Amino acid sequence: MSGAGFRAGVRVGLPFALAGGLLATSFGVLAIDVGMPGWAAVLMSAIVFAGSAQIAALGILGAGGGLGSALGAAALMNSRFLPIGLAFAPSLPGHPLSRAAQAQAVVDVSLVVAEDGRGGFDRGLLFGSTAIQYLTWVGGTAAGVLAGGVLGDPEALGLDAIYPTFFLALMVGELRSGRAWGVATAGALIALALVPIAPPGVPVLAASAATLIGLHRRRGAGA
Amino acid sequence: MSTGTALALVGGCALITAMIKATGPVALGGRELPAWFASIVELMAPALFAALVVTQVLADRRELGIGADTAGVALAGVAIWRGASVVTAVLIAAAATAALRAL
Repeated sequence: MSGAGFRAGVRVGLPFALAGGLLATSFGVLAIDVGMPGWAAVLMSAIVFAGSAQIAALGILGAGGGLGSALGAAALMNSRFLPIGLAFAPSLPGHPLSRAAQAQAVVDVSLVVAEDGRGGFDRGLLFGSTAIQYLTWVGGTAAGVLAGGVLGDPEALGLDAIYPTFFLALMVGELRSGRAWGVATAGALIALALVPIAPPGVPVLAASAATLIGLHRRRGAGA
Repeated sequence: MSTGTALALVGGCALITAMIKATGPVALGGRELPAWFASIVELMAPALFAALVVTQVLADRRELGIGADTAGVALAGVAIWRGASVVTAVLIAAAATAALRAL
């Protein structure tokens, strides 16, 4: 891993870090809204650093659910990091403990910005892009906590539209081929079909099965 | 929310997230994987991001439906298509959603 790779990672990660900072602000506002202590919201962003899981867990506690349900919701939301972790595995070398530590740097955006163009991932791009996102994630949460009492209801501010838009921007950048379009469509349909029958998080995990289309087309092309 | 509950939530979430993220790289890390694996990896992003978008825009827990946020995100989608940055797009989505809810 080179310093130049890390700096390039910071540069490509910056736009997503800025948008992520806004999202973190909405998380901070939401935390205050449901009665979480401000310091706990900032601590959560600092050591959990997983937006959808944090929002899901907080939403359950805020709606009167128990701690076990909140933790279960966070686990299901993060279950997509099982297939994402498999995707990154060949690119993270070293002792198992070292690999486990490096794996903590993998976030959703890494799938897009850390690609090395050879079917793997570049660790400099991974660490650089995640470092800048981590700063705005924790900083944005602190800003949301401080502004929470002043801003009021997160839904009235439209803050819940930030997260899906963030993922939409990530997805559009990846739709470079007919095959990517097909997989995105299949992933969306799998997820929507499962929404009524599976808890939140599971539909997204199941959508990763759409990537298996890649295998079929490859074989079909004789590759 | 009590201090104890907040700490249990934060600590529990941190532990669960770290374990899930570590699973793949600890189990398979450093190993050469077959060529077909790369063709799956490059499709992971479109599959997962499409699923995240539709579940957040079209579903409220286990119910499907549309709301002001659906329109806000759709408008931001047009902006992204026309070359808007991700920061501009999320600002458009939030502003449009807030405006619709204020009507």
